[in-house]
Amino acid sequence: MATTVVAESTPRAKPRVGDLVFSRLALSAGIAILVALAGVFVFLTIEGVPGLTQPSSFYGSASTFAGYVAPLLFGTVLAAVIALVVAVPLAWGIALVVSHYAPKSVATPIAYVIDLLAAVPSVVFGLWGISVLARHLQPAYVWLDANMGWLPFFAGPASGTGRTILTAGLVLAIMILPIITAISREVFAQTPTLHEEAALALGATRWEMIRMAVFPYAKSGMVSAVMLGLGRALGETMAVAMVLSAGGGISFNLISSSNPASIASNIASNYKEGTPGKIQVLIATGLVLFLVTFLVNFAARWIVTRSERRLAR
Amino acid sequence: MSTTTAPLRAAPEAVSFTHAKLPRIAPVLVAVVAIAAAALPVLLVGWGLLAWAILSGVVFLVALPGWARVVEGRRGATDRLMTGLVWSACVVAIVPLVSLLWTVVERGAPAISSTFLTFSMYRTDLDQEVGIYHALIGTLLITLFAALISVPVGIMAAIYLIEYGKGTRLAGWITFLVDVMTGIPSIVAGLFAFSLFILIFGPSTRVGIGGSVALSLLMIPVVVRATEEMLRLVPADLREASYALGVPKWRTIVKVVLPTALGGIVTGVTLAIARVVGETAPLLLVAGLTTRTNFNVFDGRMTTLPVLIYTQNANPGIAETPGGTPPGIEIAWGGALVLIVIVMVLNLVARIIGKIFAPKTGR
Repeated sequence: MATTVVAESTPRAKPRVGDLVFSRLALSAGIAILVALAGVFVFLTIEGVPGLTQPSSFYGSASTFAGYVAPLLFGTVLAAVIALVVAVPLAWGIALVVSHYAPKSVATPIAYVIDLLAAVPSVVFGLWGISVLARHLQPAYVWLDANMGWLPFFAGPASGTGRTILTAGLVLAIMILPIITAISREVFAQTPTLHEEAALALGATRWEMIRMAVFPYAKSGMVSAVMLGLGRALGETMAVAMVLSAGGGISFNLISSSNPASIASNIASNYKEGTPGKIQVLIATGLVLFLVTFLVNFAARWIVTRSERRLAR
Repeated sequence: MSTTTAPLRAAPEAVSFTHAKLPRIAPVLVAVVAIAAAALPVLLVGWGLLAWAILSGVVFLVALPGWARVVEGRRGATDRLMTGLVWSACVVAIVPLVSLLWTVVERGAPAISSTFLTFSMYRTDLDQEVGIYHALIGTLLITLFAALISVPVGIMAAIYLIEYGKGTRLAGWITFLVDVMTGIPSIVAGLFAFSLFILIFGPSTRVGIGGSVALSLLMIPVVVRATEEMLRLVPADLREASYALGVPKWRTIVKVVLPTALGGIVTGVTLAIARVVGETAPLLLVAGLTTRTNFNVFDGRMTTLPVLIYTQNANPGIAETPGGTPPGIEIAWGGALVLIVIVMVLNLVARIIGKIFAPKTGR
């Protein structure tokens, strides 16, 4: 604040040219970001809208765009939900270890290792998913089919390669673990020490202290961390495209090879057979994906901003 | 004093402020017992190491809270159980990372040779060696141009947010949308660049610069956030001292603010590069695929390392000996090792730079 007052009260006839140019440059860089984001929407719309009303032969077995995109959307959401179910408890556990359980000399290396996980390129995750994870999980799928086949999730027949939606979801879980951990860690660490010490002084055990002092304080941050992880999982392309061998329709059967691809992986594996009409259909599905992830991210950030404002007061 | 309070403590047994606790050594003791107990069925049935580890973990998580339930009561048992679960989350998360790094090194190392890094996939006769040189050049050039686009825009935008637009509605919106932009799926960025280029240059356009545009869309938010945070750390005293000497605002920013924050900005840019260097999906769409080395980002297809890994794995070819590894798979793992090394080195460099140039925040 003080800086602006000083600058304005200085007697000066006209603003210096350098200042004018530099501030305009900075402003236009800021506006360029807004334009780029709008550009994403505009260009996807221009190229994608014709894809909504192509002749029915472009939509494979379905005859309309809605029929084409629905199984893909289902596959996207199913893989993301599996990833969240696995990753969220793990991420919160790790975040608690780093922020509350481990001494600092142990917490720092753990945090570093989890960050390392975030640096691994998705294509390498995909490679590992096919050749290590899928191969090791395949016997487990056979066992699940034989012993728990009465559950609709494990109805089978078990995939022979292990490249199912469950494997893809597990790979996604590993990939979104770092972002959920990083954000949760930060909000856990921000809990006021006085709240924690008050809980401990009243005789709470460490877990009770976390439940009564840390979680209520960090609630909105935890929710937004999960939603950001969801956004990542919805949009992840290569790992799903490589790991999942996609089948046809909508099904909750997690261990057979009958599950639909996700939107992103469908684009990556089909763009090559690209007649312009087919590519427009793919871009239209990309537009759907963009809108879904945009909404999820928008909601997540909105929750964060709102809670930050509440805490700042 | 003590004589006057003595009558009040007539019945010390009635109210006890301590309760029975497990000995400090209890977790270690239970862990040893759990490992031993799990070894028995594992040896009998002949399961592997993994089953042993899982079984010992389960036995530990049942035995320790069980003991605590008897000695310390329900609350103590819950606390022990949660502590055990939270720690096992850490172990579970580290297993895939170790497995992944181990697999990449084990399967990638045999592929690495002097020709692997210096030859392209383009062969003039069948006996010629193949390598990933063309993909290395492609990755280098496309990432370089992405950085050339996104670093100036990102830094200037951050300067606007911190130095000029602070508190304005526009700045609020830009900050918010930059956050949202962090979550754009990479394939959507690729589709954007793809539609942009086919709209302008015709439907079969595949050029390296298209990949750079897509990657810069992913890089800009990272650069903006890193720069913004660093600029915020620059003490206001420094700026005011400079204004007091009559230095214009823009020269203050260029000569005082930016140099102070330089270390953090370089770290942020390096991390952003490390993030996009492994991107596959957008480049698959926009930059295409070629077996030749292409040095011109503005003309012709360019292969990058991640795209090469993906396509080689998808179309591995036929193994020379029956039952052997197909050549494509070998190249894919070799490429994965090179890619991981590049990304890890970039991360390491970023951390070292961050340590050396840690911001001088007054005191």
